[in-house]
Amino acid sequence: MLVLAFDTATAAVTVALYEWIPGAGVRPRAAADAVDARRHAEVLTPAIAGVLAEAGAVPADLSAVAVGVGPGPYTGLRVGLMTARALGEALKIPVHGICSLDAIAWASARDEPFVVATDARRKEVYWARYESARVRTTGPAVSPPAEVLAELGVGPGELPVIGEGAALYPAQLGAAADPLPLLPSAAALAELAVTRLSGADGLPLLPPEPLYLRRPDARAPGPRKKVSQG
Amino acid sequence: MIRDSEPLVLGIETSCDETGVGVVRGTTLLADAIASSVDEHARFGGVVPEVASRAHLEAMAPTVERALAEAGVAFADVDAIAVTAGPGLAGALLVGVAAAKAYALALGKPLYGVNHLAAHVAVDQLEHGPLPKPCVAMLVSGGHSSLLLVPDVATDVRPLGATVDDAAGEAFDKIARVLGLGFPGGPVIDRMAREGTADAIAFPRGKYDDGTYDFSFSGLKTAVARWVEARERAGEPVPVADVAASFQEAVVDVLTAKALAACRAHGVKDLLVGGGVAANSRLRALAAQRCEAAGVRLRVPRPKLCTDNGAMVAALGAELVASGTVPSELDLPADSALPITTIRL
Ligand SMILES: [Zn+2]
Repeated sequence: MLVLAFDTATAAVTVALYEWIPGAGVRPRAAADAVDARRHAEVLTPAIAGVLAEAGAVPADLSAVAVGVGPGPYTGLRVGLMTARALGEALKIPVHGICSLDAIAWASARDEPFVVATDARRKEVYWARYESARVRTTGPAVSPPAEVLAELGVGPGELPVIGEGAALYPAQLGAAADPLPLLPSAAALAELAVTRLSGADGLPLLPPEPLYLRRPDARAPGPRKKVSQG
Repeated sequence: MIRDSEPLVLGIETSCDETGVGVVRGTTLLADAIASSVDEHARFGGVVPEVASRAHLEAMAPTVERALAEAGVAFADVDAIAVTAGPGLAGALLVGVAAAKAYALALGKPLYGVNHLAAHVAVDQLEHGPLPKPCVAMLVSGGHSSLLLVPDVATDVRPLGATVDDAAGEAFDKIARVLGLGFPGGPVIDRMAREGTADAIAFPRGKYDDGTYDFSFSGLKTAVARWVEARERAGEPVPVADVAASFQEAVVDVLTAKALAACRAHGVKDLLVGGGVAANSRLRALAAQRCEAAGVRLRVPRPKLCTDNGAMVAALGAELVASGTVPSELDLPADSALPITTIRL
């Protein structure tokens, strides 16, 4: 079975193609990674076409799609989800959503409690707390970096914080000495998806719905402004 | 009759608040499915881009399914995918472009990223047959007010003029708000105006005799608002129907005068009016009257094809396929300010 995974919830556009033979394990076939926060839509589909070509596969060979559902800034996140849903619809294959923070946690392979934080822009971070790389206990949520540890009831340095958010706000978050990985990778997404599909313990598979965590910026208009002077 | 040799094109439109998916074969309309988020914007008095983008993501796959079912075709039958690449709201456009690319990749079919305004022109072929070459097109909606010379909608569209400030439909929305009539403003002003007198109040006609094909509606909008406020300040009732009728008359008078002037200047005998404001009954009536007097044939698609829809994108896509235009690449961007001279991006 060929599983296509990608994530566009952060500045990264990350794509991976994994071959999974149930009972016999999983192996990477091709991958493409780029960091280009402004051009997700332009980069993603050619990258998918590229990994398929590199593996000598065609879209009809795909058995499933795994997509990062954020949380993430809206426009890039939507590009990934729309692409995943349209591929699933046209190819008639299942589309599994995975929290993008879970992909970072999974790739860290940590055994002790920790926090993942990514850039939510507007001086905030998306974050979640994990018991280990396989178990999320709190979040995902969005907060100013200075409030994350308080919300978890811990002091600075008590919990290692990894991810791009830790690198951006080391003073407020008390970043881990080694806050890697900074961004989600499609390889982690694919492994996580296959782990769950094969029935093993791990982080949950979700419907392909975006985790915006914020309401749209929109306010109902106030009383009509007068155009007349005075 | 439908010939199987003509290309079957799936068209996707997400430039504003309508998720439109159309299916055409050549110039034959097979399906025109729409999901609108207009109700979600009403309480904000205008389209909120992030709300529209979120709605497009949710509506896309079901609307595509509905269009295919309505057309009685399967994904495998589709010969090409066309999508609005611009102009429009950047985030909204990106949802449609991402979907179109994924469909094109999954099906192994060519992708055409097309110009929304040219699509408003091409859609008329679905209703009235091949466009005369050349024709003049006037496109008026909440997002655009343009006069175009169209020698060939697939290869050669030339801008003659455009609004220098508000779009015509935007002016309808703002005046509806001034009069407390709600959003969107076009249909309700059209309705109110039928009860009023069009020459009750002499509102200004911006750029009427300036010799250009450009429009300006901002001065008119301000004049109407001032007139209403003066009444309110004086404690007098506002004659809503007369204000609506007089405002609407000022808009359609300028629009039709400039459109006919463009036909005259370019020796063109066919005028096409499209865009959401083309659904306005007074615009249709005055355009018909002035075209008749000038010996110009008038083409106005039915209202559902005038407002934003996927069929118009499919119609232009089919025209591009027929003309042998090279498809777009998979790295196709969305361009919120795509110029009309770029028909295929
Ligand atoms: Zn339009």
